[in-house]
Formats: sequence, C-alpha cells, structure tokens
Amino acid sequence: MSAQHAGRAGQTAERPERKSVFSNDLVERIEKATLRYPDRKAALIPALNMIQRELGYLNRDAVRFVAKQLSIPESEVYGTASFYSLLGWQPTGRHVIHVCHNLSCSLLGAESLIEHLEKKLGVGEGEVTPDGRFSYARIECIGRCDGAPAILIDDDYHGNLTPESIEQVLEQYT
Amino acid sequence: MEKMLFKRIDVPNAADITVAEKHGAYSQVGKAFGIKPEDLVNEVKRSGLRGRGGAGFPAGLKWELCARVPGDVKYLLCNADEGEPGTFKDRFILEQDPHLLIEGMIIAGHAIGAQQGYIYLRAEYPKAAGILEKAIEQAYAKGFLGKNILGKGVKFDLSVHGGAGAYICGEETALIESLEGKRGQPRSRPPFPASSGAWRKPTVINNVETLANIPFIVALGAETYAKIGEESAPGPKLFAVSGAVNNPGGFELPMGTTLREIIYTHAGGIKDGKQLKAVIPGGASTPMLTADHLDVKADFNSLMAAGSMLGSGAVIVMDDTACMVNVTAVLIRFFEHESCGKCTPCREGTGWLYKVYRRILSGEGKPDDVDLLLSICESIRGKCFCPLGEGAIQPVLSSIAHFRSDYEQCVNGRGCGREEQCRKVLH
Ligand SMILES: Cc1cc2nc3c(=O)[nH]c(=O)nc-3n(C[C@H](O)[C@H](O)[C@H](O)COP(=O)(O)O)c2cc1C
Ligand code: FES
Repeated sequence: MSAQHAGRAGQTAERPERKSVFSNDLVERIEKATLRYPDRKAALIPALNMIQRELGYLNRDAVRFVAKQLSIPESEVYGTASFYSLLGWQPTGRHVIHVCHNLSCSLLGAESLIEHLEKKLGVGEGEVTPDGRFSYARIECIGRCDGAPAILIDDDYHGNLTPESIEQVLEQYT
Repeated sequence: MEKMLFKRIDVPNAADITVAEKHGAYSQVGKAFGIKPEDLVNEVKRSGLRGRGGAGFPAGLKWELCARVPGDVKYLLCNADEGEPGTFKDRFILEQDPHLLIEGMIIAGHAIGAQQGYIYLRAEYPKAAGILEKAIEQAYAKGFLGKNILGKGVKFDLSVHGGAGAYICGEETALIESLEGKRGQPRSRPPFPASSGAWRKPTVINNVETLANIPFIVALGAETYAKIGEESAPGPKLFAVSGAVNNPGGFELPMGTTLREIIYTHAGGIKDGKQLKAVIPGGASTPMLTADHLDVKADFNSLMAAGSMLGSGAVIVMDDTACMVNVTAVLIRFFEHESCGKCTPCREGTGWLYKVYRRILSGEGKPDDVDLLLSICESIRGKCFCPLGEGAIQPVLSSIAHFRSDYEQCVNGRGCGREEQCRKVLH
C-alpha cells in the first residue's frame, strides 16, 4: 500500500548524524513500551508513532535509531514502517490536516471541501504551506461519519464542515 | 428497550472510574471470578452472543476453542481497529465508557485463562487512545487490573497498542502480525488464533462491542440475556447510521430491528425530504440494498437472506440524487488503497476495478465496461487469501445488480451531465 515510499525514503537518506537527535526521554519511553510485550519487536509501531509525534515524520536516522533500540535489523524496521499509511517520510506542517474522503463524507460534500481547502492553503496533498503552518492529506474513514464531512487536525476532530466553517476552524491553529 | 451497552453513554464523565463505578462499572468482576472459567465459557455459549466485528462467530465457541488448548500463556486481544468505512459504533464505548470494555476484558481473560490483554486501537482514534490509557491506569490503581485482582488471586494485565493506519489490520491475523511489529498482512488459517495466535500462543480476538456485552451476560445470566433481540442472535446491537439522514449517529437497538425503523425512526429519515435510493447495511464491504428492502430485519440471518450482511452494523444511506457508480467508485478507491498486496487476485483485482471506474467517471467508459467490471469481480471472488477482496467486490456486484441503469447512463457515450462532479472523487 505504501510502495511509493520506497523511493522517497531512499532520496531522504542522509549521512547518519553523529549526535543523536532523539531525546533521552524518547529512549526511555520506547524502553518502557517494550516491557508491555513478550518480544521487543512488538514495540516497533509504538516507537515509530512516538518518533513521528516528535519529528513530524520518519527518516533514515529514525529507522536506524529504532533498529538499535529494539535490537532488530533496519530492514525489518523499514519493512514494517513502509506498510502503514499514517507513517510518513516527508516533512509536515506544524499542524497536519487529514480530510476524510470516504463514502459518508463524500456523500455530504468532502470533495468540495477538499477543493476549497486546497485553494485556501495554496498547496496540494502532501505539501507544506510556505509559512510552515499546515500540511494536508486525504484520509480514509476516521469513524466520524456522524459528523460528515469530517476532518482531523492533529488529534482533534472537526465535523459537519462547510467551505465557510473550515476557514474558522483553521484560524484556531497558529 | 432499556439501554445496556450505552447505559453510561449519557452519564457525564463516565470515562472516570469513580463515576463509572457509581453507575455499575466493575460490579460483575467479583461475581465472574466466583464462577469457574469453564462454566463462564458455557454461560457465554448459552447466551447465544455472536461476534460484533463482522463475521458473527459465536463468542462462547471461540472462547472454548482457546480455553481448551493446554498452556499457561494465552492472550486476549480486543479489536478496536474499527476501520470498515461507515463504522463508528465502538468509538462511543472507547471514548465515553472505556471501563465497560475493560470490565468485559477482565472477565473474558478469566474465562479463557489469559493473563495479558491488548486493545489494538486504530491510529485514527487519538482521542480514544488518551482516554483508554487513563482508564486503564485508574483500573490498575483500584485493583481491577494487575497481579491479584480484588484479592482473588486472578492476574490480568492490559495495555493499548496503537496502529498506524491500515484497514487490513482489522482482520484478525493481520492484527496479530501488526501487534508483533510486522507489516499487517494476514496469516494463513489454520492454524486459527485460538490455538496459535499472538506470539504463536492461544489467542482470542473479539470486537469491542462483543466484549462490552460480557458484563451484562454475567449480570443477567445467559437465559435472560438470550431473550433480548433475535432468537438466532440475541442481545443488543449497536448501529452507526450515516449518509443522507437527518439524525446520523450511534444507536443501541435490539438485534433484528428493521432497516426502516433504524433509518426513519432513529436516524430521522432522509435529509431534505428526499427519497431513499440505496442503503449499505453493514459497512463498505456489505452488499447494497434498495428501498424494497427496508422491512428486512437487521440481524445476521435476515440480512443474509436478503442478499447482504449485518457486517459491522454501519448503515450508510444514499438518497435519490446519489449516482451509484460514483458511490461505488469511492469504495473501490478505498479497497484498492487498502489491499495489503499479499495476494494477487485482491491486489491486482482491486487495482483493475479502480482503473475501470476511473475510466467510466472520466467520461470515457465503454458500453462493455459494466460486464468488464463483473468479470474482474469473478477473478477475485473466492480466490483471495483473506476476506478483504471478497468484501471489495460486494459494492460492485450489488450496485450493478440493483442500479445497472446508473452505469448504463455513464457509459452510453452521452454522459449524465454530472461528469464534473464525478471526476472529483478520482484520486
Ligand atoms: C478486512 C477486514 C477488516 C476487519 N476489520 C475489523 C474491525 O475493524 N473491527 C473488528 O472488530 N473486526 C474486524 N474484522 C473482523 C475480524 O477479522 C474478526 O472477525 C473479529 O475481530 C472477531 O471478533 P468478534 O468475533 O468479536 O466479532 C475485519 C475483517 C476483515 C477481513
Ligand atoms: S466516511 Fe468520513 S468519517 Fe467516516
């Protein structure tokens, strides 16, 4: 499902940084997560989610770091990470807007909402606004169909949106 | 019917353990621990409870299969992936009454002999993640989780495992792979998880709603519980209604409530005074029905007899302005995106289906395209590694069966005049 990431990750590969950008706190939280499972590898997706929360996206350094923390090969980390839609390899804006485009939202106007949003932000899917404030992506059903059309900005849901009301919503995010 | 699963939904702050306990949470743990595990399994068997995740497998039987396997290490997994488009029923429990789920899991763990549970939670539910973590912490603090629950020598640990965006991880063996830190691709069955699941240990996987029923089966006793709803599948059922209705939302109704009552009485009827054109009764992978089917009862057997499925109880309503080619294209776009790539018929088949829909929606459809879609479906049907592919063809087959004229309008070379709107769903 995310094969297209392969090329991108390759391109973003950089020389490993000598000084780790990953905090001690992150190391501790990953270590704590491993305790919940009979096998350290099970903490892989939780660890990747933690890093993405901190950095906004994953890169080669993240893959190496997690591989080392969990004592598994980098290829396994990348194999897993490249499978999941919500793990990304591109820098994101300070706020990530996910617009649902699945059926219930589509029936109630998701497509016009997306069109309006693209115009308003001036960027396409996966791109970051020039001020670094937002990036946006489409997403499959987020289980908010009772508030269709619905979106997720960072961890917050917003529903029953119109092209007008989405502008007010965006203003809440600086 | 008095609410059971949703009884604390309207109680403010029921996610807090003190409030939840005041309203009955954890009251059945002590009683359940007083019942021998095999008797508890039998009680659930006699209750007639069938799984609420989609397949409707008898819960008690699943538990028995796992409980019977010798071994000290077993796992209980809660499927909170809720990824089937249109489905949001479990969300109410996860966000508003997490203690009901935790109580159900403690009891289920005791019954099957599992001392460790995981809640596999979809990444798209970040709010639920925080609420569940906190609820679990509170349950530990109060001694409902841990090494010696209620001082009765029962051990059960529980944690949340967050996903990262993959519909297929709702399939039980893909869920296990994902829990283990791998790509979420299904395993071959047999062996079934009951004998070899997470880390190859005996494992039970149940849906959130299934587990939420357990405290009530313990409280009422199997006989009384079995009188609720339909004889063939007793109990309350959560329905999530969305689309072209006035009052979309989650409703707890007896199993076997008719589609008409669900849509018109509870969900407030069709928006803007329009007419119902089609209804998907159980989530994206269940066949569409029409206005002629409104008196069908929403339960496993009745919907099956009508040519569809209860699925996840996600009712999606289309009004008479909807173009069923467009609707189906949206769903195929989803299935194509979410096919995990493991097996050829599903990976390639959903890809081809979407290609044909693209062509039709771009106004370049050919009259033969409808039959082409049907023939691609035949290349998928019965040939996939897991049920995803089978689910993907359901909207295609049912929309062509019931609304072939919509397709014919698209491919007749003259168009329908709404191509502009239609093209927007292509992505
Ligand atoms: C593609 C696919 C997606 C699924 N998604 C879910 C899901 O999100 N939630 C769920 O409970 N079951 C889902 N299921 C069904 C599970 O495989 C499994 O049958 C269910 O979790 C068992 O629980 P139950 O017996 O309590 O229903 C899915 C199945 C398939 C094939
Ligand atoms: S279809 Fe958009 S939230 Fe479900």
